[in-house]
Amino acid sequence: MRITRVLSATALMFGLAVAPAVADSSPSPSASQDGDAPTQAGTSFRTATEIEQGQTATAGASTGDYLYWSFPADAGQRPTVKATVKLPDTHAAESWQIDVYDGLRRRQACQYGAQTRTAAAGAASVELTCVLRTVRAWSEQWANDPLPGTYYIRLTVVDVPTSDLGLPVDASVRVDSKDIGGSAAVDGSLAEPLVPGVAVKSPEDEESSSASAVLSSIEPEDGWASGWWSDRWVWTAIGGALAALAGVGGYALTRGSGRPRQVPPGA
Amino acid sequence: MIRTQRLAVGVCALLAALTAGIAFPAGASADETTATAPKVDLVIDVSGSMRAKDIDGQSRMAAAKQAFNEVLDATPEEVRLGIRTLGANYPGDDRKTGCKDTAQLYPVGPLDRTEAKTAVATLTPTGWTPIGPALLKAAEDLDGGEGSKRIVLISDGEDTCAPLDPCEVAREIAAKGIGLTIDTLGLVPNTKLRQQLSCIAEATGGTFTSVEHTDELADKVNQLVDRAADPVVTPVATTGADQCAKAPMLQSGLYTDREEFGQQRWYRVNVPDGHELRASVSAAADRQVNPSYGLLLRATTERGREIVRGEAAGNGRTDVISTGLRYPKAEREDVEGEVAPETVCLQVTHSFSAASGVKTTPGLPLELTVDVVEGPSAASDVAAFGLGRGWWLLGALILAGFLAGLVWGWLSRWRVAVWRTN
Repeated sequence: MRITRVLSATALMFGLAVAPAVADSSPSPSASQDGDAPTQAGTSFRTATEIEQGQTATAGASTGDYLYWSFPADAGQRPTVKATVKLPDTHAAESWQIDVYDGLRRRQACQYGAQTRTAAAGAASVELTCVLRTVRAWSEQWANDPLPGTYYIRLTVVDVPTSDLGLPVDASVRVDSKDIGGSAAVDGSLAEPLVPGVAVKSPEDEESSSASAVLSSIEPEDGWASGWWSDRWVWTAIGGALAALAGVGGYALTRGSGRPRQVPPGA
Repeated sequence: MIRTQRLAVGVCALLAALTAGIAFPAGASADETTATAPKVDLVIDVSGSMRAKDIDGQSRMAAAKQAFNEVLDATPEEVRLGIRTLGANYPGDDRKTGCKDTAQLYPVGPLDRTEAKTAVATLTPTGWTPIGPALLKAAEDLDGGEGSKRIVLISDGEDTCAPLDPCEVAREIAAKGIGLTIDTLGLVPNTKLRQQLSCIAEATGGTFTSVEHTDELADKVNQLVDRAADPVVTPVATTGADQCAKAPMLQSGLYTDREEFGQQRWYRVNVPDGHELRASVSAAADRQVNPSYGLLLRATTERGREIVRGEAAGNGRTDVISTGLRYPKAEREDVEGEVAPETVCLQVTHSFSAASGVKTTPGLPLELTVDVVEGPSAASDVAAFGLGRGWWLLGALILAGFLAGLVWGWLSRWRVAVWRTN
């Protein structure tokens, strides 16, 4: 990690445009203005409540509801979704689960974290975590690698006795992401992020600015990454400079120091 | 003769154009707000059992009235709210009459809070619990308009009007494709009521809440009314064909369809060169289904060659199962002039199976999103721009540079030596 910082500093000296790198290297946007965090959740992909990364969204719901939120994730980020469900005072054992879907509604695997957890009878709350794979800027069409765009969180109870259906619960979710940086930088990029309805949205916006409903109007705080920056530029530049230095060193080794003795003065 | 006719037609056309010109703008703007306004119908159970005094020491009816007053105060301006009762008027024992007892207490429309409150105040617990017929009528109340539609059903007892299963009714209403959601609230529910109300809710993608306190009731109904006010994209109904050749052509947008068990649905999308097709599909389990299920979305050429597929499988309790695919179509450089867009066939099949004794028609609701966007350029390397990173890269570069320096040095020494000998 230190080397990244050193290299970033070097990049600064080189005068490279490091603004995006600096912005990227903070672990997650510090935009946790919980004052305006959503206090509701949607009940389907279409009605999913949009949240920002670093925001704690809450929702009052009933056991058995399917709660949906959506958040933006950009290339190079590894999002971690955390959900806490406060359960009613008396209840039987029940299993809760979070699922994460990408902008194409494909289920995304969790690398680790307790995605499903069973709360024992009477437990006060249950906590769930899902650490997604690193979001890549591009992947082949046949792969289901995470790509920049909208991600959906679905929180629900998967195993519950009928007697507990409909009991009030309080859910909260939060998404933070770790910046993986240049090691995850790939060639290529999507022309448009995987935001559902993006093809429908753009022409309408030009015609009228009326607040018509869109499937997803999600965007990271500082916009989608353009995809050209990665710390690979710094590594490669420094590598090139070092190679040049080593070349000069190698050359000098063969030539010895100073003027060769055999050469007469004035030659 | 001909000239006169032409003149007459011309005058008529001119008049029509003028009238349209005058009439249209005013009408259009008024229609737009009413047509897209969200509509909510509160359906309240006023059956005899609502007299029971078990919600915070007061009767269920009193709790409901109190909650309604709060809700009516908090209803957003744009929501068109109506109130329907069930079991409010017929106190007798005749089941047939009792099961028809549902009435509109306050019509769906712009809300006059005082009037609505007065109407609610008159309610007294009376008769039967005909949930099914009330839902049907409520769906009629909400008919028309483009906005989201929601029924909030508040009941304290299961339907007493078998054989019309309210759950089936809810499914039929959902199958009409009018985008209606039914949320249910059970007042101090027992197991049977829970089952019935959550079945109704699940059939339409709604929620079920069990209520034991007055404030919970008001909060929940408020939340549901607010939810109705949120703008949502309304999907367009379409009907997929059983083969690609007959399939409907879809543009970018959101669509719904129904797919029966074991059926397959085909759609077609035109993808021009240099564009990317993005399609995702969700199949909702709106009834009791067996616990293992799957969904397959295939993109094929018109000749049937598979291009790419999206698949999903799951087991256990779920509302939907969904999957999607991407098909970026590369720009072709060797072809000159306009190239006709490629027609891609989309095939949707799900492998849900109905639990025993569950009706299989209408089919399960499908939701299909199609986006055709500018495509990306193909990537030529795994790493970004072919750049490298890491200590191995630095080492390799330094070594290569050093060796190059050495070779260069030896070369020039040799050249100097050759030059000196000559």
